[in-house]
Amino acid sequence: MSVTSVDIEGARERWVRTGGVELCVAELGDESQPTVLLVHGYPDSKEVWSEVAERLAERFHVVLYDVRGHGRSTAPAPLRGGFTLEKLTDDFLAVADAVSPDRPVHLVGHDWGSVQGWEFATVERTEGRIASFTSMSGPSLDHFGHWIKNRMSRPTPRKVGQLLGQGAKSWYVYMLHTPVLPELAWRGPLGKRWPKMLQRLENVPADGYPTASLAQDAAHGAWLYRDNVRARLRRPRPDAYAHVPVQLITPLDDAFLSPKLYAELEHWAPRLIRRTLPAKHWIPRTRPDQLAAWISEFVRANEDGTPARDTVATGPYADRFGGQLVLVTGAASGIGRATAFAFAEAGARIVAVDRDAEGAARTAEMSRLIGAPEAWGEAVDVSDEQAMEKLAEKVATEYGVVDVLVNNAGIGLSGSFFDTTAEDWKKVLDVNLWGVIHGCRIFGKQMAERGQGGHIVNTASAAAYQPSRALPAYSTSKAAVLMLSECLRAELAGQGIGVSAICPGLINTNITSTTHFAGTDAKEEKRLQKKTSRLYGLRNFPPEKVASAILRAVVKNQAVVPVTPEARGAHLMSRFTPRMLRAIARLEPPL
Amino acid sequence: MPSALKAEPDTRLRGFREVQSLAYECAEAVAAQLKPGVTEREAARMQRDWLRERGVRDWFHLPFAWFGDRTAFVHFRIPLQFFPTNRRLEAGMPFILDMAPVYKGFTADIGYSGCLGLNPVHNRLLADLEAHRELILREVREKRPLREIYEDVDRLMVRQGYANRHRAYPFGVIAHKIDRVKERRWSPNVFGFGTQALKGLASDAVHGHRDGWSPLWSPYKFSDHPPRPGLWAVEPHLGFRGTGAKFEEILVVTDSRDPEQSAFWLDDDLPHVRRWAEEKAA
Repeated sequence: MSVTSVDIEGARERWVRTGGVELCVAELGDESQPTVLLVHGYPDSKEVWSEVAERLAERFHVVLYDVRGHGRSTAPAPLRGGFTLEKLTDDFLAVADAVSPDRPVHLVGHDWGSVQGWEFATVERTEGRIASFTSMSGPSLDHFGHWIKNRMSRPTPRKVGQLLGQGAKSWYVYMLHTPVLPELAWRGPLGKRWPKMLQRLENVPADGYPTASLAQDAAHGAWLYRDNVRARLRRPRPDAYAHVPVQLITPLDDAFLSPKLYAELEHWAPRLIRRTLPAKHWIPRTRPDQLAAWISEFVRANEDGTPARDTVATGPYADRFGGQLVLVTGAASGIGRATAFAFAEAGARIVAVDRDAEGAARTAEMSRLIGAPEAWGEAVDVSDEQAMEKLAEKVATEYGVVDVLVNNAGIGLSGSFFDTTAEDWKKVLDVNLWGVIHGCRIFGKQMAERGQGGHIVNTASAAAYQPSRALPAYSTSKAAVLMLSECLRAELAGQGIGVSAICPGLINTNITSTTHFAGTDAKEEKRLQKKTSRLYGLRNFPPEKVASAILRAVVKNQAVVPVTPEARGAHLMSRFTPRMLRAIARLEPPL
Repeated sequence: MPSALKAEPDTRLRGFREVQSLAYECAEAVAAQLKPGVTEREAARMQRDWLRERGVRDWFHLPFAWFGDRTAFVHFRIPLQFFPTNRRLEAGMPFILDMAPVYKGFTADIGYSGCLGLNPVHNRLLADLEAHRELILREVREKRPLREIYEDVDRLMVRQGYANRHRAYPFGVIAHKIDRVKERRWSPNVFGFGTQALKGLASDAVHGHRDGWSPLWSPYKFSDHPPRPGLWAVEPHLGFRGTGAKFEEILVVTDSRDPEQSAFWLDDDLPHVRRWAEEKAA
């Protein structure tokens, strides 16, 4: 049963004997580097970490082991009582002493590995052996016990709702407490179907994981629940305080654990950093890049001795965008620049793209000042396909794959349809539509090929659904962007990539002073630009608010987001009273 | 009044220079005493006491102090929010001290930006103010209409990535005229402004209204005129995501034909100017 189909490349194996079992330990990377110890969950074996481990091995000494009874480690006899958290702590200490006798290790746990990790990080006898703990999808049973008690003793409607919600998500825990049946199921039909179920329900890529030992792991692992859950939930330890810095990574679409479980975690882990990502339970398989980046950053921060809390950005949604790569086009001014700044405040790495090299560089420079760990300005015209291709190549090789793409670059064009020349049309479509197409096609493709999710934001406009006699070309281009976004959203939904269209109304930016007014001479155009700028200035809706809406749209994965009251109003009217909107479209603008 | 400028200009300017440097001295002295936990009210009181001890009896306006995101006037809706609050200073916070004392009948109006400890954003803002000081002087010498200069300052701010925060001042002014004030035994304050100084401003406004100029340098139509000779307290105020910085000092405008003499900063020996010079030297 010990044949594995996902081999961890370059792993050195050793065996550690402890408490009557033999643990299979694999090591990667340079042993002089800080040790990162990865603990797997249920029903898994250490191979669940293969993707993450390979990425971490470039910088750290990575150690993985099969928990007793799983993978190639031997099982205790008898099974009952052999999986208590005390015994698992013995195993951890034995492995840590074997692989890193002199230095504390950086602990990372997923699922039951994280449940164990919380035990290790909160009991006294491991003090000085752990340097940091990264927890994902596995609460401390003691904290969980207190969480339930807290909600039972003061059952407000919200708390009852949280209890019931988590209670429903925990159905499998009750099942696992029935004798014999789970073992039979795992060794029988469930074990056979599990890999397919993971692929279908959890979006785990079909790359050879789970390993062949699955049925055995799952059968033995049932004792993890039976030996610990009831005992700990009934009598949670009152002193389960973490004595190490903790990084909590919460997948928001976890089918088994509610994010609400961690509401009071600061009480138990004072040095806590929160991270969230839109993914399902098996993030070590589905989001290895992001996990490796966050783990590396956290380990580095705690190795340097600087408290990690101080190096983490504090803006809204910093838990979500910290360390992510965000590319914004049209970032030298207006909405693009404000968006770059908002992402920078959330700790994202910024690529500011604009035709205006100086402005893009300025955006990058200011981004670094307000929280972006890295930021670059790139001078590229989005309507130039080859330049965009080149940019994509450069970004992929030097900065990484883009996590959030904001196609924002756009130009204004006003004037009646018959005054608008073919040249005018070409210019506005080239930037407003083709710029977005190039961005989605080139960067979206990289995102899809990586297969680890992402988000595309396209800046459309309220003009996309509000017809107007003054803006035929501009509205057409923006309507196309809106529909493109909707279609792309449908296509990419299955790959965990969200697409949002932002539809701002009248925003006080410099787009008005660069808008071309078709059919006017230079002097008249100047006057109209000035007049429009003044009107937009009176309206005075700041681009910063659009930027906040963009971040919110990414976090909530919203499809179409009108910003400003007039844009919302027009959006409603376009659905319920389109005739009135058409009547408004016939009005001459007051210029 | 412009005519007064011609008569004994040196002594007049010396008087203004004296009060301006006294005010900046006060700002530096108070800034040096600021530590975590000090409130805006306390900082305003420290300025008031410091100047009173040195013979200031009247004010163009009472000293203001803004801490933290109040330096960028975040969420300011009504003018009462300019008054000092119980906001406490914390490490890394930016602050602005703004005062306008009247001393021996001469008025100054100054603004001093600083921060408690390290704040790279604030440093950047302060450094970027230099371009505005140069731009304003250059365009005033070119006798451009004040409203257009205002718009150019606006454009420069947008290019730098900042928000225009002097827009939040009454009438959105970037500058206003100041002048000598008659020393009276009793000069009450109305909403923080000295009545004598307000009287001067009001009479300027009335005269100006007849002749087509205004003592307030604003983005509005009433500022659509070339710079008026006299003394202008110029206060460009930058804001960037909860951090604000400004300087405020006196710009002398004369009716001289010589561009160098037509406009100049009253005094170049001021903390922010020295700071820029030091940065360049370093």
